[in-house]
Amino acid sequence: MLHDKDRIFTDIYGEKGPGLEQAKARGDYDGLKDLILLGRAEIVDRVKKSGLRGRGGAGFPTGLKWSFMPKETDGGPVYLVVNADESEPGTCKDREIMRHEPHKLVEGCILAAVGMGCTAGYIYIRGEYVREAEALERALAEAYDAGLLGRDILGTGLDFELYLHRGAGAYICGEETGLIESLEGKKGQPRLKPPFPAMVGLYGRPTTVNNVETIAVVPTILRRGAEWFAGLGRENNTGTKLFCISGHVNHPCTVEEEMSIPLRELIDKHCGGVRGGWDNLKAVIPGGSSVPLLPKDICDTIRMDFDDLRNVQSGLGTAAVIVMDQSTDVIKAIARLSKFYMHESCGQCTPCREGTGWLWRVMTRLVEGRARVEEIDMLYDVTKEIEGHTICALGDAAAWPVQGLIRHFRPEIEARIRAAAGKTDQMAAS
Amino acid sequence: MSIAPDVTEFAFDAAHAALAEQALAKFPPERRQSAVLPLLHLAQAQHGGWLPKAALDYVADYLSMPRIRVYEVASFYDMFNTEPTAPCQIRVCTTTPCWLMGSDAIVEACERALGCRVGENSPDGRFYLREFECLGACVNAPMLWIDDDYYEDLTPEKTTALVEALQRGEKPTPGPQDARKVSMPAGGKTTLLEV
Repeated sequence: MLHDKDRIFTDIYGEKGPGLEQAKARGDYDGLKDLILLGRAEIVDRVKKSGLRGRGGAGFPTGLKWSFMPKETDGGPVYLVVNADESEPGTCKDREIMRHEPHKLVEGCILAAVGMGCTAGYIYIRGEYVREAEALERALAEAYDAGLLGRDILGTGLDFELYLHRGAGAYICGEETGLIESLEGKKGQPRLKPPFPAMVGLYGRPTTVNNVETIAVVPTILRRGAEWFAGLGRENNTGTKLFCISGHVNHPCTVEEEMSIPLRELIDKHCGGVRGGWDNLKAVIPGGSSVPLLPKDICDTIRMDFDDLRNVQSGLGTAAVIVMDQSTDVIKAIARLSKFYMHESCGQCTPCREGTGWLWRVMTRLVEGRARVEEIDMLYDVTKEIEGHTICALGDAAAWPVQGLIRHFRPEIEARIRAAAGKTDQMAAS
Repeated sequence: MSIAPDVTEFAFDAAHAALAEQALAKFPPERRQSAVLPLLHLAQAQHGGWLPKAALDYVADYLSMPRIRVYEVASFYDMFNTEPTAPCQIRVCTTTPCWLMGSDAIVEACERALGCRVGENSPDGRFYLREFECLGACVNAPMLWIDDDYYEDLTPEKTTALVEALQRGEKPTPGPQDARKVSMPAGGKTTLLEV
């Protein structure tokens, strides 16, 4: 169980205020000068030792990602880009950081800049988060006024400019190269990799894109020590994590917990349990809409971390837990996600552009049972034709929820087809 | 206020021009195109909620971009309206987390109170109703995004009351529409009790 003294986000509900003074009272910016003076190699080394993995969905080791940035450059700009385009259905954790603890993100950006030799940073926030953007702009202005951003930060010789940029409503801009394209003033269509952003990113310059939560936890890791963070959770799945639990629980909420907490404990302790009790649970999407759902029997024992969820062919993703009780039409719940991916496909790759629409149309028929049982296998095959055949992971993300549905709820799909066929027979006979 | 007219001429007024220059200052001088999203946001705000072609052309010329590139951007991003829309924009999130919590009934309540369907302007020309994909407030589902604010933890009754308040010209208080505070568990905090 995570104790309050080990929580990083001590004002995640905004009870004390987001201003610089309140942030400092919580310990933000404490000893920042010394942390900056640790220098690039030491910061990267400590982040590596903490075991921090990216909080945006993919879970890539953050310190390792930072180490990919070129050690020597031609003196031109090097960019940090913060992915604040929080759009994965189910996910609303970065929102709480930005509106209630924006200075954790600002301080994290300063230290990430040291760790990667960045000269400037852009925080790309989804356009719909208008008030959150205002909170961040206020925090940036406060930080500039206090000499925490700009030239020669705190007399350390560090120069770092940090800007906020608002998106305009496109899920695909949460994909890092789509985000970079968008930041360059184009449609957010992802780029082919390689080259990776660390070599050729924003304006062709070395760039690293990190999620808000990833960056915002770095100052506390550096202050309290890599060992402290690594001591939470379990090996390869360290630290604390913001979970956002939505759907059919008694008290949906966002909460910071220890990584690897059992799913059932997370729901029972913080959300007042599943609506109607644990036995009323039907399925859970454990990490945002892109990861395959899990039926109750797996939910009984699963831990919320990267490895445990991968072992059951799902994933931690953004740690956005979407809970569905027995009243849920689970086919319709997944069909709605298919509609989402169809809407959000950028249209660049044929398997995704055509495939997402195809998935949605077939899923719509499955909701009503207007299909043949053989079409379930065909649907599965089509998801396999999309998965892995596109420039970015949106194709995979569209395929996985449907695969998960077929894997775990095939009898329900078949029953609906039979029921609908029976109805048709009756009508024909009458 | 009703739907802003289509126009053949568009230019930023002084206030919006100043904001446009602020947006441009965030980028290297040779990267003016990077400011296309902020400038389109500004143009749309100035023109009452939608972007006539004249505004797209103005932004393109302002940034020395080919006009077609601005048309592409304006049609790619959901927040830009390129058809006439009423000034008050009501968007219902209907993606799975909100759907699980009853967003179908929220859509119905909006349609009934406004007298129009999703994707339409209300007959009085004051409100534009549309569906939106996941708005990132899932633990406060179901929710509406009205102009710049989120209205959360809704019921059909609360939605109707909200829309009627808007129709009377009031500005309801954003955030959760019940007693709960932000994304805290409705039953009270389970963490941060010691600090």
